[in-house]
Amino acid sequence: MDKMSRKITQTTKRMGSRKNYTKNNFILYLFLAPAVVLVLIFNYIPMYGVTIAFKDFSPIKGIMGSEWVGFTHFISFLQSPNFQQIFMNTIKLSGFELLIGFPIPIILAIMVNQLRRAKVKKNIQLIIYAPYFLSTVVIAGMLFIYLSPAGPVNGILTLFMDEPISFMTDPSYFRSIFIASGIWQAAGFSSIIYVAALSNVDPQLHDAATIDGASLLQRIIHIDLQALKPTIAVLFILAIGGIMGVGFEKAYLLQTDMNLPASEIIDTYVYKRGLQAGDWSFGAAVGLFNSVISLVLLITANTVVKKLNGETLY
Amino acid sequence: MKFKNDLVNNSKTDRMLLLLNKFILILLVLIVTVPLLYVLFGSFLHPNILLTKGISFNPDDWTLDGYRRIFQDGSIMRGFLNSIIYAGGFTIVSVLFSILAGYALSVENLAGKKLFMIFFIVTMFFNGGMIPTYLLIKELGMINTPWAIILPGAVSVWNIILSRTYFKGLPNELKEAARIDGASDFKIFLKIILPLSKPIIFVLALYAFIGQWNSYFNAMIYLEDQSLYPLQLVLRDILIQNEVQPGMIADQLARAEIQRIAEMIKYSSIVISSLPLLIMYPFFQKYFEKGVMVGSLK
Repeated sequence: MDKMSRKITQTTKRMGSRKNYTKNNFILYLFLAPAVVLVLIFNYIPMYGVTIAFKDFSPIKGIMGSEWVGFTHFISFLQSPNFQQIFMNTIKLSGFELLIGFPIPIILAIMVNQLRRAKVKKNIQLIIYAPYFLSTVVIAGMLFIYLSPAGPVNGILTLFMDEPISFMTDPSYFRSIFIASGIWQAAGFSSIIYVAALSNVDPQLHDAATIDGASLLQRIIHIDLQALKPTIAVLFILAIGGIMGVGFEKAYLLQTDMNLPASEIIDTYVYKRGLQAGDWSFGAAVGLFNSVISLVLLITANTVVKKLNGETLY
Repeated sequence: MKFKNDLVNNSKTDRMLLLLNKFILILLVLIVTVPLLYVLFGSFLHPNILLTKGISFNPDDWTLDGYRRIFQDGSIMRGFLNSIIYAGGFTIVSVLFSILAGYALSVENLAGKKLFMIFFIVTMFFNGGMIPTYLLIKELGMINTPWAIILPGAVSVWNIILSRTYFKGLPNELKEAARIDGASDFKIFLKIILPLSKPIIFVLALYAFIGQWNSYFNAMIYLEDQSLYPLQLVLRDILIQNEVQPGMIADQLARAEIQRIAEMIKYSSIVISSLPLLIMYPFFQKYFEKGVMVGSLK
């Protein structure tokens, strides 16, 4: 487009938009209004409400009327005998989940990508996505059924052993059960994004590399993994940011009185102390402690990944 | 194509690897399907048959008793209806508000756009957390009402950004042409943008609906009346708390018998509650994949 015609288009554009300028904008702000109002109420007000972490909140006095107590609740959480256990449980559960669960969808996508026949590929994908659509309650329910002392897993195990294993009440199994079931449920679905990224790889690259004598593994490492790198980076940052928010819904369901030494994590503790026991300020303080760590982790991960390969989240 | 492949995968190790690959994938398919089929068969077989005999083809071992007891009691069905209302309401609010906001933020010369973006994005990094949110809901008088399920969390910043990205990708010429013809932004949105936005609307709606359908946490903390319980909370009572609903086992039975029937009810209720999504998602597979792609565009 030459200079002249560009200028004409720009002028017409401006004329067109000037005509309804105020009216247009009014409508657009009206479009924004519902989302702004809801976010203001349900996201921003609780941010203000988090000040009760520094107060002795009593429902009668309200947030404004309650007295300031500074960092008392934080200190009492840090000094409480359970602190170390709960904190380490949270870190371990999500750390191992990330360490084991993060690479699996990538490997799965590379494996699926090797399938030549489109129909087989599609059907396999369809099947491995299925568990993603089950609810957390159903997953937990299935675990209780399968792993109970009289359940099918122990039915097989007792062929080789004398005693059934009480998986759900023994703390030493909790993390493995949590992580393995998480992988079972989500690995297939999480691989979608990587499969999509791999489908953008030019097949000619693979052909050329093969002609140059590259083996399958070499091509996977130097072509496929390279193509996945940006996606991996972004998802990794997000995963790090989510470490402290490790699946409350599932952990809470899988908790039994007996496995608490491994299964009590910060979020479940906040729920029990804050909501169930009515220790509002203490619960809010523990929750805030958790969010601050998440934020720090997210920012750190973002900075590190940015330094490593220039891919960032924001 | 076949000829080319033979030419390409010529090394012996490579062919072995590909074979191994297929073998492992078949194994994975089994790992995914066997636990699901076990539940499905368990729901149709008399208690303990699966454990003692395995899958039996003797018609005497088959029964619909588990399903009969579930329908008799009604709490699962009521949960189903509640869930449809909650997930449906949540989806409508979520998609409508996100799309409207996303469209406004995709318009180039909107004054204060940057400020609004910051306003939304901040919520991705900070949140008040469980306790302050609960206190707010209580203050608003929404405890024990469906609003506590439908409204909080309905407007997700993620969805706003996704739809904004989608709208930005639409050809600008369409809007410009309509604007020159004197159409207002409202008209442009209604007549031109919306008809082109079916894919993004569908994707957002699917994810919102499934997310809400499968969650139980908000319902657990905000709802008190059992009659308001969504499906997942009813399921939690049956599957996790081991609480058999009174209407399911009304007959006078020995404890051991009750326990066995309770097991069967667990299988049947898993099937009833999971089947709708499991049957439907293959038809929407395209959209799930599209959703992931849109998300990866940033």
